[in-house]
Amino acid sequence: EKADPQKTAFLLRKAWTLYSVSPLYGFRRARLRDYARLLGAFIAAEKQKGLAVEVGVELDIKVALSSLADIRGSELDQAALLVQLFSRSRASSRNSEDKPVWSGCFCSVFGDDLSENVPEHFTCLPLFLSHGAESYTSLVGSWFQKTFDCCFRRLAISPLNLSWMAAMWAGCKLDRAASAVELVFSVPRLLQPLDISYAIHPEDAKALWDTVQKTPGEITQEEVDVFMDCLYAHFHRHFKIHLSAARLVKVSTAVASAHCDGIVKILHSQYLPGVLMLLTELAISQIQ
Amino acid sequence: HLATSLPLPSERDHLRPRIDLVVFIIDIKSKYSLKNVETSLAHVDASFFLGKVCFLVTGVGRVNVCSIEMNAVCKLGETYCSPVLFCELELEGIRNATAQRLVRMLGICAGHTPGVSALSFVSLMRKSDDD
Repeated sequence: EKADPQKTAFLLRKAWTLYSVSPLYGFRRARLRDYARLLGAFIAAEKQKGLAVEVGVELDIKVALSSLADIRGSELDQAALLVQLFSRSRASSRNSEDKPVWSGCFCSVFGDDLSENVPEHFTCLPLFLSHGAESYTSLVGSWFQKTFDCCFRRLAISPLNLSWMAAMWAGCKLDRAASAVELVFSVPRLLQPLDISYAIHPEDAKALWDTVQKTPGEITQEEVDVFMDCLYAHFHRHFKIHLSAARLVKVSTAVASAHCDGIVKILHSQYLPGVLMLLTELAISQIQ
Repeated sequence: HLATSLPLPSERDHLRPRIDLVVFIIDIKSKYSLKNVETSLAHVDASFFLGKVCFLVTGVGRVNVCSIEMNAVCKLGETYCSPVLFCELELEGIRNATAQRLVRMLGICAGHTPGVSALSFVSLMRKSDDD
């Protein structure tokens, strides 16, 4: 069944900070309302303790937890879990269309590698996306870690994985005009840090990928290497700089953009499942 | 003797002492270093691959900045029948230990260790199912 795009639209066009999460112990879907209450109480208690928080971050918070069956790969995946924090201050209206001050989403898209080996009472939702102030993320994270005995780790994306994303996303067929494929490299060992941004016309990038990819729907490491080597060679021809000696830190395409610090923005709803599947895979390999 | 690539400049050939061991250094943060090593390998005489070549992979302390695929490096070691050593040259302790290891290998390759020659490295490289 196709996922309802309305329900997943909130994931698009936002910068999400990614974490890998180890399996949750003792998590029960039926208790979402209880968990929301407990998390709300935890946040209020932390406020009482007078924790130092960022300016502009208030702790008069209402918590909502919900399941999102539309975000999963197959029936083997757990339905996603959405956590939203709403401001309860008197200044905000009683409008039910309030935007959350912070959102977090636990999900698993084709995460069978992890879930098939996991003992009873464990729930696998290895990928966590958060949007909003870091203080809220750490409050919510602490509560989940204490309550379900799990471990959150920032998801780092290596240059090797970023080049896979560049090849995969540059090769996506898009109906309307796409933005440029941009690769950002950081040059190591200089007194002043230097970033090189290499922008490629999206049609050229797609044409290059189409000549490299042998089997549609399948991508190999060799094909990614050839794709990247062509881009490096082209750059070297013009600028006499070996980009392969620099470090790829960010990839931006019309489909999605990703930064090595584990920050991702998904722009195209058609490719949302594919991107989440790739990110789930990265999260699982970080856990194992 | 340190070089950024091979072949070595021919003008200094007559001044150069005998070469006993060639260590190819690959930085996992730099795809370029792997490509450079691959092209330089073509300039090494075949006799060196009887235990007088080894690959040194540095940067393994930080997997998150990996720009090359480990399989590619291991395959390189297999193809050229030469050991692949992993280290992190940016850490002083590991750097010193690695240097000592290389000096011991060099001593064997130069024939300073009685009873052990460079060929011993080759037989260590052979997989057990080859025999």
